[in-house]
Amino acid sequence: MTNVHIVGAGIHAFGRHDDKSGLDQGVFAARAALADVGLKWGDMQFGFGGSSAAGNADAVLPRLGLTGIQFVNVANGCATGGSALLAGYWAIKSGEFDMGMVVGFDKHPRGAFNPEPADWGLPSWYGDIGLMLTTQFFGNKINRYMGLHGISATTFGRVAEKAFENGVRTPHAWRREAIGLNAIMNSRMISDPLTQYMFCSPAEGGAALILASDRKMRELGLTGPKVRGAAVRTRVNGSFEVFSPSLDVERGPSPTQLASKAAYDMAGVGPSDIDVAQLQDTESGAEIMHMAENGFCADGEQEQLLEAGATRLGGKLPVNTDGGCLACGEPIGASGLRQVYENVQQLRGRAEGRQVEGARLGYSQVYGAPGLSGVVILES
Amino acid sequence: MALMPIADGLFEVADGVAHLIGGRRKSDGRMVFPLPTGSEGGHYEAVRLSSEGRLWSFTIQRFRPKSPPYAGADDDSSFRPYALGYVELPGEVIVESRIETDDFAALKIGAPMRLKLLPFRKAEGDVLAYAFEPVK
Repeated sequence: MTNVHIVGAGIHAFGRHDDKSGLDQGVFAARAALADVGLKWGDMQFGFGGSSAAGNADAVLPRLGLTGIQFVNVANGCATGGSALLAGYWAIKSGEFDMGMVVGFDKHPRGAFNPEPADWGLPSWYGDIGLMLTTQFFGNKINRYMGLHGISATTFGRVAEKAFENGVRTPHAWRREAIGLNAIMNSRMISDPLTQYMFCSPAEGGAALILASDRKMRELGLTGPKVRGAAVRTRVNGSFEVFSPSLDVERGPSPTQLASKAAYDMAGVGPSDIDVAQLQDTESGAEIMHMAENGFCADGEQEQLLEAGATRLGGKLPVNTDGGCLACGEPIGASGLRQVYENVQQLRGRAEGRQVEGARLGYSQVYGAPGLSGVVILES
Repeated sequence: MALMPIADGLFEVADGVAHLIGGRRKSDGRMVFPLPTGSEGGHYEAVRLSSEGRLWSFTIQRFRPKSPPYAGADDDSSFRPYALGYVELPGEVIVESRIETDDFAALKIGAPMRLKLLPFRKAEGDVLAYAFEPVK
């Protein structure tokens, strides 16, 4: 079977862009990816696209060109972008196609998401009494983790501090000013122990990747990181997910643990082989828990690792080198593709100002509602 | 006059003690709360859950949630932060609940909790809701 390579990558800066629709930003990213590799839209044999709140992804077609290719809209919660990538990976791996594009974009209203119980199969009383908030889930999950594994609130502050430091160095980041640890710790409490600056915000942005088979890549004289492993997994009994009026007494693995294991198995590598990682950081606590769920440390070791700066640029395992969701915001359709875009820059030695020297294996993990996780492992 | 419950089939009082009503899935015994209703309800049998358990995790809601879906009669100026979390009912299920306390700093994972029924003030009037409170 052929290998799958990412031969081109483009991005529209994340953040707030009042003069542009989500679609505008997706098309911008798609054209940037084509320009990155010197190809035309007519060279693409397929497309997979995702957008959660900014309309149909296939609305890019009239702008990029009505070439008649297969284009499939992907909608898979917070892993929409990651799932579009996985679909493109399968399309080439199966031998059906040689080259195509995955694109994701979004534009969310300001402020926290505003979900309705009925959309989640929940009774209305659950929302009436004030339990229908994603922020509560994050507070509950990390509070228990802190209690079980001895993590302090300062560690969550360090995660956000690092994110904003890295954002300063990243052209596609939204938050590009450093924020000190004290300011983060003393910002408004949202859901204990998490403060305002420890949460990412819904945002806007677009990202696109061009995938190619070994043969096509050689034929065109291109290069690009190889996809060593890619997997999406969903929740099982005993997983703790958002908007759960009840949980199983018998606890089980998270979808991230399942997707991580599947991707490592495919790649034939382990956590200690990874040089740079992009981990879902919807809030600071998520990055801490995901370090362990993806195998990079044991539960509880994060406290010392963060204090020692292990996940900062120049540390043992730099995490979220572009500032992650905390500094970039979270446009759902584009977020997982942003992570992969950043790893492509790192593995190609193009991450100017934030380059992890000699990075060979890049790991990315996107996670979210309603309880799914997608992992991609790239090799330069 | 007795308050109307916020939803039918959510809780009941037996011998003066309040209980939540959960569901046991007939196919595999998995316990859930609340008891599913409608077309899904036939796959579950009702279970009167323990009225006492231990705090599994918690957090504090520091700002007034958006309406909808939040239906509290308060507004941004009269809103008071509230605790909520999960209570493990031994051998049954872990249920999500508001936690009735003003002493947030005293909340500890593993602390004993007891169910109570209490009024919840909606804009259109009070209804009867449930919460767990620390056992003193």
